[in-house]
Amino acid sequence: MTTSATTSPLATYALRLGDDALVLAQRLAEWSAKAPELEEDVALTNIGLDLLGQARALLSYAGEVEGKGRDEDSLAFLREERDFLNVQLVEQPNGDFAQTIARQLFFSSWQLAVYDGLTSSADDTIAAVAAKGVKEVAYHHDHAVQWTLRLGDGTSESHQRMQAGLDRMWPFVEELFVSDEVEASLTEQGVAVDVSTLRTEWEETVGAVLAEATLEPPDASWTARGGRDGIHSESFGYLLAEMQHLHRSHPGARW
Amino acid sequence: MSDTGSDLQAEGGHGAVPTRDVPATESTAAGAAAARRDWPLWEVFVRSRRGLSHNHVGSLHAPDAPMALRNARDVYTRRMEGVSIWVIPAASIVASSPDEKDPFFDPAADKAYRHPTFYDIPAEVQHL
Repeated sequence: MTTSATTSPLATYALRLGDDALVLAQRLAEWSAKAPELEEDVALTNIGLDLLGQARALLSYAGEVEGKGRDEDSLAFLREERDFLNVQLVEQPNGDFAQTIARQLFFSSWQLAVYDGLTSSADDTIAAVAAKGVKEVAYHHDHAVQWTLRLGDGTSESHQRMQAGLDRMWPFVEELFVSDEVEASLTEQGVAVDVSTLRTEWEETVGAVLAEATLEPPDASWTARGGRDGIHSESFGYLLAEMQHLHRSHPGARW
Repeated sequence: MSDTGSDLQAEGGHGAVPTRDVPATESTAAGAAAARRDWPLWEVFVRSRRGLSHNHVGSLHAPDAPMALRNARDVYTRRMEGVSIWVIPAASIVASSPDEKDPFFDPAADKAYRHPTFYDIPAEVQHL
């Protein structure tokens, strides 16, 4: 059951952005102590921590706007799979390093454009989160671009893996640019960014990186939909189980 | 899902784990270790505040200079330690040799007059 129908558009919107950041932070944390190099281990988990910070601010705000007494922890740890409103791209498994970089490239390019637009949001909290986040995401984007160039234009093995990573993530790109009535009403009020207007710029940015990296823009035979309405892919339940089990087993546990 | 290929061990909550390292050309542990060593070593210098000089803070491995700079940012300036970073290939540093220690450093040992210790310092001067 999804709760989005009964909550305000603003709470839903903050939850969507917050869930994107939270779920990707969890995925990146899975690289902890497993990345190909110590330096990348630190880089990927740093990026994850940036996203976690954004998620905390956005989930807290969503709970506040919703007004049902849910804080960031109850939203992160006590919701069921169908109540998460993140796009499916961010929940996709890490795969190998190249697949993670492909996901980072696609998502950070999109998130950078969204946050950039949200810095002038009519909602002060959203604008403040975006203003802080846009600097962080600019670095995430740079990190993904640097690695895409090196893997794509590296050895034949790295090229093949990078291309495979892009192909794997491509079907989840379409969903990033689908706007709905929640977003449309908030865009009218100057609160949200209409994601459907960001696609051309995104394609130019990503296309230029792929061309320089000697990679082919993938061709999607199908596209994912439904993340914003709580529909998720197979691996998401496992991610939630790992992320939530500590809090559910030991309610109120603190570090 | 078949698209992630056969060289992954696990899929799902723990993430798929590459059985081979991305830059490695061999799948053995020794091969992977050798490939890691292929990334050159860089020495990292961070300037903590404007007006101060860059200080050596440590070293790291990176495939090239731009990545070394980014890695240095992630590894050494996570807690607002710096306003400027230099990275220098460790191989480019010319170091004095331990074998030459005596001719290099001993002649300075008995020249105490080179230290600024023979001045009377007025009481008002602080932080000297």
